[in-house]
Amino acid sequence: MNKKIVIPGQFISNNVKNAGSGTYIDDGKVYSLLYGILNDKKRINVLPFSGKYIPSRNDLVIGTVIVVTPSNWIFELGSAYDGLLHVSEFPRRVDSAQMRGIMNVGDSVIIRIKDVNTAMKVELTMRERGLRAINYGRIITIMPTKVPRLIGHSGSMITMLQKETNCEIFVGQNGRVWINGKDNDMDRLGKAIDIISRNSNVSGLTEMVFKFFRNENDVDTVVSTSAEDADDTQANDTEEKVPEDTSRKIDMLLDPEDE
Amino acid sequence: MSKPEKFFDENGLRLDGRRVDEIRPMKIEVGVLSRADGSCYLEWGNNKVLAGVFGPRELHPRRMQRPDTAIVRYRYNMAAFSVEDRIRPGPNRRSTEISKVSREAFEPVVLTHLYPSAVIDVFAEVLQADAGTRTAAINAAAIALADAGIPMKGLVSACAVGKVDGKLVLDLGKDEDNYGDADLPVAMTQDGDVTLIQMDGNFTQDEFKEAMELVKVGCKQILEIQREALKGKFSQSETEEIENEAVIEAPAPEVEKAENEKVVETEDDEMVEVETEDDETVEVETEDDETVEVETEDDETVEVETEDDETVEVETEDDETVEVETYDEEVVETEIIETEEDNENVGNVVMEDDENDKEPDENIDEDIGKGETNE
Repeated sequence: MNKKIVIPGQFISNNVKNAGSGTYIDDGKVYSLLYGILNDKKRINVLPFSGKYIPSRNDLVIGTVIVVTPSNWIFELGSAYDGLLHVSEFPRRVDSAQMRGIMNVGDSVIIRIKDVNTAMKVELTMRERGLRAINYGRIITIMPTKVPRLIGHSGSMITMLQKETNCEIFVGQNGRVWINGKDNDMDRLGKAIDIISRNSNVSGLTEMVFKFFRNENDVDTVVSTSAEDADDTQANDTEEKVPEDTSRKIDMLLDPEDE
Repeated sequence: MSKPEKFFDENGLRLDGRRVDEIRPMKIEVGVLSRADGSCYLEWGNNKVLAGVFGPRELHPRRMQRPDTAIVRYRYNMAAFSVEDRIRPGPNRRSTEISKVSREAFEPVVLTHLYPSAVIDVFAEVLQADAGTRTAAINAAAIALADAGIPMKGLVSACAVGKVDGKLVLDLGKDEDNYGDADLPVAMTQDGDVTLIQMDGNFTQDEFKEAMELVKVGCKQILEIQREALKGKFSQSETEEIENEAVIEAPAPEVEKAENEKVVETEDDEMVEVETEDDETVEVETEDDETVEVETEDDETVEVETEDDETVEVETEDDETVEVETYDEEVVETEIIETEEDNENVGNVVMEDDENDKEPDENIDEDIGKGETNE
């Protein structure tokens, strides 16, 4: 079933008590604030089709270093606000001379938002297992508002994607998705993610993507048995299980979505 | 071009064949720019406007930042080739002024406090001008803002009203603008709160009041076109995924398109009042196959007069409760239901004069309705 599309200012309900995110109340009525999909299963929420990421505390994101100062790395987070990582928030002691050697301008990092103050100063931390610089795999950018759909209800979508493609996936809350696997697996996963982000207003999306893989596999077995790419990007480290855990955590944090 | 000899023909129609209260045809495309966060291309008569929205993003220079709120920058610009005589490119007195008042037209609706110290950039480029470009730009910008996912209390719609040959006309055309007596561009929210108003020329007080009424109707029409444009965007992108379309099982009723029908039977020369909850189009069908389309505004009551023993069919666009009122003040409230087979809802309400409120078969329908809406 296609979900109901609402636009800003559209009347949704008279039930003021259930008004959730993406709505506002005026004169005892609930209206939409955003152009997006209405979700009124429990609370009345509007999930926007698009929108920039707003940093919030405890989010796991993928950032890119834009400036290295004597005591801070400054990260671009795909948002209106940049993030600050102080050297003391790096897992080990680092001399300011070594900073560029560890993470230089242009490097992407899986990182946690430690705090955001009212002036939108974003403080980051890496003092946690699994947070690290990314130097292999690929990064795909999707709309941050579509992250819940990519993860699926209690991680159903992401688990399916992992199983179908044998790729590692980490979904940052800011809409950056890190994937790693064999080249052709990553190609397929990229296509699947594209389908998800273009059809976020459709129900039964997990099935749709599953079907996509099934149809494609038929073709695959014929064509690509010869394409046995020996893949050098596949770095085999055991701590790679962490991204899955972290994506689960994200899942707990949000996901008002899906049935 | 020179001043036309007369602005109205013998039928009272305007130079381009419009009625005095008719707006020019409008065409809207949403999301036409891939680099922008939100965009819209709008054609309104011969006006062609492209609007792009960027942000919220970091504001430079930093001294312009507001620690408590985002600022909105609005740039109205006419392309050098947008008019017959090439205009000098770049900002000028006129475009600076229009940018300023247009920016302020969005102030009451955009929730800037959610993005402290950031900026929302709105660019409105007039590619082809034909009178009323500032209103066209505002209409496009409102859609582009929504497309960018900016939280807003509602869309802003703008339309001009003017006076030619002493007569009030809605949405001035080029000659009407150039050789007319007055031009009054107005932008308003969906509640009818005016967010922009400018005037060139003179109106008497009475004319002004009448003009405001006229432009209010025009803005309502435009708001409806804007809504349709936004709702249409995603039904298109679905068709792109043809192969996957089949996967969606359960022939679910499409909420947007489902037409809900309602049959009201009247006894004699009776008046039927249909009350709707939201603005929407109500189609009223009488038995001799006359279809009357009535557009309602918020919480408005539509009155339909019927003849002897006639069946009145009321079609609403949305599923919602429709209140059917007959002139002797009986009110029947029916929840509209959707039947799974054909996406069509038929609730039969038989009304008779001097009878009690509800007929039994109507209650049955209501029960079915509850069962199905719970799915």
